[in-house]
Amino acid sequence: MPPVDAAALIAGALLALGPAALAFGGPARGAIHAAATLLCLLAAGTGGAALLTGTTTTLTLPIGLPWLGARLALDPLAAVFVLLLGLGGAAASLSSIGYYRHDPAPLRSLPFQPPFLGAMLAVLLAADAFSFLMAWEVMSLLSWALVMVDHRDAATRQAGFVYLVMAAFGTLALLLAFGLMAGPAGGYGFDAIRALPPAPLTVAAILGLMLLGAGSKAGLVPLHVWLPLAHPAAPSPVSALMSGVMTKVAVYAFLRVAFDLMPPAPWWAGSAVIVLGAGSAVLGILLAVVEADMKRALACSTIENIGVIFAATGLALAFRSGGMPALAALALSAALFHALNHMAMKSLLFLGAGAVLHATGTRMLDRMGGLIHRMPATAALMLLGVTAIAALPPLNGFASEWLVFQAVLASPALPQSALQMLVPAAGGLLALAAALAAAAFVRLYGVAFLGRPRTPEAAAAPEADRATLAAMGALALLCLGAGLLPGLVLDLIAPAARQLTGAALPAQAHQPWLTLIPVSAARGTYNGLLVGLFVALSAGLAAGVIHRTASRRLRRAPAWDCGFPQSLPDSQYGAGSFAQPIRRVLGRTLLNARETVHMPPPGDPSAARLTVTAADPAWAALYAPLGRGVNATAAYANRFQALSIRRYLSLVFGSLVLLLLGLALWG
Amino acid sequence: MATLPIDIAHLLAGGLVLMSFLMIYQDRLSALLDVFTAHAVVLAASVAWQAHLQGDTFHLYLTALIALAFKGAVIPMALARIVRRLGIHREVETVVGTVPTMLAGIGLAALSIVLMMRLTAGADPLAREDLAFALTVVLLGLLMMVTRRNAVSQVVGFMSLENGLILAAAGARGMPLVVEIAVAFSILIAFIVIGVFLFRIRERFDTVDLAALDEVRGDRA
Repeated sequence: MPPVDAAALIAGALLALGPAALAFGGPARGAIHAAATLLCLLAAGTGGAALLTGTTTTLTLPIGLPWLGARLALDPLAAVFVLLLGLGGAAASLSSIGYYRHDPAPLRSLPFQPPFLGAMLAVLLAADAFSFLMAWEVMSLLSWALVMVDHRDAATRQAGFVYLVMAAFGTLALLLAFGLMAGPAGGYGFDAIRALPPAPLTVAAILGLMLLGAGSKAGLVPLHVWLPLAHPAAPSPVSALMSGVMTKVAVYAFLRVAFDLMPPAPWWAGSAVIVLGAGSAVLGILLAVVEADMKRALACSTIENIGVIFAATGLALAFRSGGMPALAALALSAALFHALNHMAMKSLLFLGAGAVLHATGTRMLDRMGGLIHRMPATAALMLLGVTAIAALPPLNGFASEWLVFQAVLASPALPQSALQMLVPAAGGLLALAAALAAAAFVRLYGVAFLGRPRTPEAAAAPEADRATLAAMGALALLCLGAGLLPGLVLDLIAPAARQLTGAALPAQAHQPWLTLIPVSAARGTYNGLLVGLFVALSAGLAAGVIHRTASRRLRRAPAWDCGFPQSLPDSQYGAGSFAQPIRRVLGRTLLNARETVHMPPPGDPSAARLTVTAADPAWAALYAPLGRGVNATAAYANRFQALSIRRYLSLVFGSLVLLLLGLALWG
Repeated sequence: MATLPIDIAHLLAGGLVLMSFLMIYQDRLSALLDVFTAHAVVLAASVAWQAHLQGDTFHLYLTALIALAFKGAVIPMALARIVRRLGIHREVETVVGTVPTMLAGIGLAALSIVLMMRLTAGADPLAREDLAFALTVVLLGLLMMVTRRNAVSQVVGFMSLENGLILAAAGARGMPLVVEIAVAFSILIAFIVIGVFLFRIRERFDTVDLAALDEVRGDRA
C-alpha cells in the first residue's frame, strides 16, 4: 500500500474512533485509547517509511469540492510531521489509558481525543486548500471541546472562550491567505497554487496572513495569549498533544506555504519572522519563569520553543531569498529537528505534570515539594525532560538549539547588511531565552520535586500509573536517543529539507563517531555520543569516588540553622522566591512586575503582606484596546437592531443603489 | 421595417416604466390600485409580444395569461376589497414628498439604463434594453416600498417589483416555465400572507400604518 493510502486510512480510523467511543460501552470503550495508540504508532511508521524512501505519493478522494475532490499527498515535509504526530500521539494515547481509569467523566474527552489526532493527521495530508481548511477547523473545534472538558471551572470557560475566538481569527487569516494563493482563477489544489506563483508583494501579504493564522495556533507573540490559558486547562494527555503536536501542525502549515507553495519571499519577510520568533522566545520563557502554576509554566515554555522554531524558519527564509540553499537547509533542518525534539520533551513534561497534578491535586508549584521521594520514577523521567528542555548536553534540546546557533553564526554570509546586523541580535535574544529556560526549569523541578513537602497532599503523593510511566519512558528514550545520535535524525529529515530548499545537510551517518558536521569541520562540530559518554563516565567516576571515600552512612543533620531558624516547609525556597531576581531584573519592564508591601500600622497585630503582580504585556498593549474597540463598534451597530421595517428596506435599497452606482462608475 | 417588432417591444417595456412612474405619483390608495392594474396589463402585453417575437414559446403566452389573470384582475380586486373594508381608500400616505420621489425615480432610471447599456454591450439588442427597463421597474418598485408608510401600498410596490422581474425573465430566451410558475405562486402566497397579516394588524392596532407597529416593539435599545 502506498504510504499516503495508509496514512489516510489511519486518519479515517482515528476519526471513526470518536463515534465508536459513544457506540460501545464497557471494556470496548476502555480499549479506544489503546486502539488510538496503535494507530498512532502505525502513523509514525508510515511517516518514517515515507521519509526513508523520500518519495511523494498522492491520492484523490471523491469527497469535498465536487470538481476538486479531496486531494491528499504524503511528501517528505508532511512525512516529518506525520512521524512527529505519530510519536506524540502514541505517547499521549498510551498515557490516556492510565488517565481514563481515574477520569471522573471519561466521556467528556474520550469521543474527542482520537478524532483530534485524526484531524491533525488530515491537516498534514491535505493537498488542496479546501481539505486543509476543513481539517484545520475540525482540529480547532475538537481541541476546543477537549479544553472545555472541565467546564464547571469558570477559568476553563474563560480559557475556552479566548481559545475559540483566537482559533476563529486564525482560520479567518488562513482563509484569506489561501484565497490570495488561489488567485482569481480559483485554483485550490496545492499543485495549481505551485504552478502560478504570485507577485512578490502578494507573497509577502500571504506570508503575513500565514503568520497570523498559523502563528495564532502555534502561540507566536503577540498571538500567544490563549495558550497559557487553554493548554493547561485540558486533561494532561491533551495538554501534551496540544503543546507537543498541535503547535507543530501550525508550524507545518507555515512551512508548507512559505517554502513549498510560495516562491522565495522578499528578504524583509524573513527578518520579520526572525524578530517575531526571537521575541516570542524571550517573552515566553520570561512568563514561564514567573509563573506559579506548573502546567501554565510548561505552556509558556512552549511559546519559547515555538519562538526558537520560528526564528530558525525565518533564518531559512532569509537564506533562501538570498540564494543560499545550503544554509537555508541548515536553518530549516534546525527548525524541523527542534520541532521533533520539542514534541518529545514537552509531551514528556506535560505527562509528568499530569501525574503530579493527579497525585497532589494541585497545579501550584508552591503546594508541592519533595515529590522525588514519593514519585521516584516520575521524578527521574521529569529530570531527563527538564534537562533536555533546558538545552543541556548530551540531550536533544542542546543538539537542535546548537544547530539553530550554527545557522545564526552563518548570518554574515547574507547579502543584506540589515540582516547581518539583525540576526546576531536575534541570536543574542535566543541565547538569553536559553539561559532563562535553564532557570525556569531548575525552578520548576527544584520547587516541585526537591526540598520538603509543603502540603500534606504532597507528602502523601502516590506514584504515577504504569501507562503514563511507560509513555514518559518512551519519550525520555526519544530525548536521549535524539540527543546522543542527532546525525541519524538529521539524515532522516534530510529529504524534507531537500524538498523545501533544494539542498540538504551533508549525510551524517558515515562520519567517524557519528560526529555532527553541519557545514564543515572548521565551522563547528558536535558529537552527542562522545559528550554523553564523557558525561556518563565523569559523573559515574565522581559518584564512585565520593561513595568510596566518603562514609556510606546516610546522615541527617540540621543544615544551617541561620537559614532555617524554623523548620516550617514554608521557609524553603519557593516558586516566587526563586523567580524573584529575574522578575526584578527583566520583569519590571517586560512584564510590568510590581511588588507592594503592606505593613500593618504599629500596634496592629495582623500580618504584613507582600503582593507580587506581573502581567502579560500583550493583554494591556493589544487585546484590551481591541476589546474596547469591538465593544464600541458593537454598541454602535446595536442601533441597527431596532429600526422600523421601512428603514430596513431603505438600508437594503440604499446599499443596492450604491452597488449599482459603483458598478456604473467603475464596472 | 425590420426594427418595428423590436420597437414595439421597447414601447411596451417603456410603457411599464411609465406605469411605474405613475404609481409613484399616485398618493391615494384606490388610484394606486387602478394604476397597478394597468401595470399588470402592460406587463401581460409586453410578455405576449415577447412570446410572439420569440416564436414557438407557448409558456411565455401562459406567463402573460397568468400575469393578466392574477395581477390584472384577482389581486387588484382583492386589494381594492381590503382597502374598502379597511376604509382607507382616501388616505394620503407618502413619507417623502411626490416631487423628490419622482426625481429619485428619474435618477434610478438613468442609473439602470447607463449600467445595463455598459454591461451588456454586445448582447442581443432586444434583451439589452428590456433588461434596462426591467431593472428600472424593479428599482422603482423598491423606491415605492421605501417611500410609503401604508402596508397596502408596500404590497403594491412589491408586486410591481415582481412585474419587473417577470419582464426581465421574459426578455431572456429559454427561461423555463417552471421558474415563472414558481415565481407567480410565491407572489400569490406572499399576497395571501400579507393580506391576512394586514387584517391582523388592523384588528389589533386599528390602523395599517406601519409606524404603529414600531410603538409596540419591545427590543428597542
